[in-house]
Amino acid sequence: MNGASVSVPDATLAVRHREPDGAVLEFAGNWLSQRGLPEPSGAVSELRAAGVSHVGFDARQITAWDSGLVTFVLKVLGETAARGVATDRAGLPDGVRRLIAMAEAVPERQTGRIAARPPWLARLGTDAIAATRAVTVGLAFLGESLLALGALVRRRARFRISDLLLVVQDCGPRALGIVSLISFLIGLILAFVGAVQLQQFGASIFVANLVAIAMTREIACIMTAIVMAGRTGAAFAAQLGTMNTNQEIDALSTMGISPMEFLVLPRMLALIAMMPLLTVYSDLVGILGGAIVGIGMLGLSSTEYFEQTRAAVHVSDFLIGITKSSVFGVVVALAGCLRGMQSGRSAAAVGLAATSAVVTSIVWLIVLDGIFAVILNVLGF
Amino acid sequence: MAYGSFVIQHDLDFVVKQGEVFVIMGGSGCGKSTLLNHMVGLKVPARGDVVYDGQSFWSATPEAKEGLRRRFGVSFQQGALWSSMTLAENVGLPLQTFTRLPENQIRDIVSLKLALVGLAGYEEFYPSEISGGMLKRAGVARAMALDPDILFFDEPSAGLDPLSSRRLDDLILELRDSLGATMVVVTHELASIFSIADNAVFLDAETRTMIAWGPPKTLRDECPNPTVRRFLRRGEAGGIKV
Repeated sequence: MNGASVSVPDATLAVRHREPDGAVLEFAGNWLSQRGLPEPSGAVSELRAAGVSHVGFDARQITAWDSGLVTFVLKVLGETAARGVATDRAGLPDGVRRLIAMAEAVPERQTGRIAARPPWLARLGTDAIAATRAVTVGLAFLGESLLALGALVRRRARFRISDLLLVVQDCGPRALGIVSLISFLIGLILAFVGAVQLQQFGASIFVANLVAIAMTREIACIMTAIVMAGRTGAAFAAQLGTMNTNQEIDALSTMGISPMEFLVLPRMLALIAMMPLLTVYSDLVGILGGAIVGIGMLGLSSTEYFEQTRAAVHVSDFLIGITKSSVFGVVVALAGCLRGMQSGRSAAAVGLAATSAVVTSIVWLIVLDGIFAVILNVLGF
Repeated sequence: MAYGSFVIQHDLDFVVKQGEVFVIMGGSGCGKSTLLNHMVGLKVPARGDVVYDGQSFWSATPEAKEGLRRRFGVSFQQGALWSSMTLAENVGLPLQTFTRLPENQIRDIVSLKLALVGLAGYEEFYPSEISGGMLKRAGVARAMALDPDILFFDEPSAGLDPLSSRRLDDLILELRDSLGATMVVVTHELASIFSIADNAVFLDAETRTMIAWGPPKTLRDECPNPTVRRFLRRGEAGGIKV
């Protein structure tokens, strides 16, 4: 009888060879995986080297065991079965034998899952197809939302007024705080930057023009839209994404209630209505921020500053900002709802949908703002 | 046990013996899952305590609480798998975090646990790619990853097909027998209750307290409270002894 043993704290394993070509694995000690166990590969390679044709087990010396022992034995069994070596499980503890029987009761499913990386041309093609599909899906969503608007006009849209009011409250009054803070600081910063330059020419009074025109035509609507994209657009995406995960959207569809009308329409209407109001509010707060600098730092009187502001801004400037803000409201609402409805059904996917909603909104906001600038320039406003 | 001033259950007092399968039963909404949440330390009891081996859970130091929690395995109603990880990563995370096993041994243990719940070969699937029943079984596999001393199951067989449900019952008994673990099972499946439970406690939604405690078969035949007898006989033969 010759033997070799692999030894780690507590758990030990010895391979005893029996004439002519058999072997017995002798387990001893505490076979608890928390404390570290011998590697099955050692025993397996020894059995292989000896060329045994049947293997038995002896576990009488084991004092305690857990899943570690079961996995060890399973590994040995798998290896011996693959090499046509007969095994006798009689020497194993009863519990181990029964657990192994349970584990073997349902055969392993051959899922054929492979993570091969396709060649670059195939990846390029897949990406191109995905990009086209994304555009199609986006356009389809835009179309469906227009249909929902049409249904609203024909008074056939199904949604609850209370839902609409809730969204209005959330993206209107509840957004005032952050919009105030941002607009006030932006007005202040614009005035500071302008003041430093204009003071050199002794034209500090024109800070009022700078702040008023910049706020009303550009900054107020774009900043409000970006704030709403981060605040409300992301919330829409997360909410609809979670509803999708919980099959709430499926439940609406099977009931014959269009999710576009029931979920997307109120959100879109609320943002279209609230964005211009928030923008006008942002205009005023921004001008106030500029006035603080003008009056406090440049020594202008408040009458002087506000008179200059009044002369500088035309109604058309306000209207341009307000028009843009309505369009931006549609963009933010659509991007948020689109990403939410497209979201996958897991926590990670919902997070991704929220991120993607913000990114999509901001990209489209900037692109549309550029287009507006060109058009207004051509029209001579 | 209470949410704010709304008392779910009061005056609960029972003992779970080591190595037994203990069932918490009762009608829907009576607070079974809430009781489980209190036992595993997710919710603070409004009054009273949970005691493990003579050690109070709620007055324990944070370190002692960690130590106690390490001995639990909890399987949640919907599986509660981490959706950004594959099944293998879900089951492997506690092993990677709390043991110093090498990666290949962790992989073997993960495969064993998944095989025990009948999910061999599903290691690389994400939770969103498998069915509800499979999610639940994978949750059980994760709960027993560390061979815990006490395993808690919240409605393990609800939503499973009869075969899987039976296999899960067998697994619960087997783990108790082979590893000596204590099982606490929340369920209202009568077949399960009678085949696995050593002892059970019945929570009543009306009186908001436990109205029976003992082996379920004895309760069915001898419990003085008609509500319990009716529950255990699916409403049949109300108060008559059969």
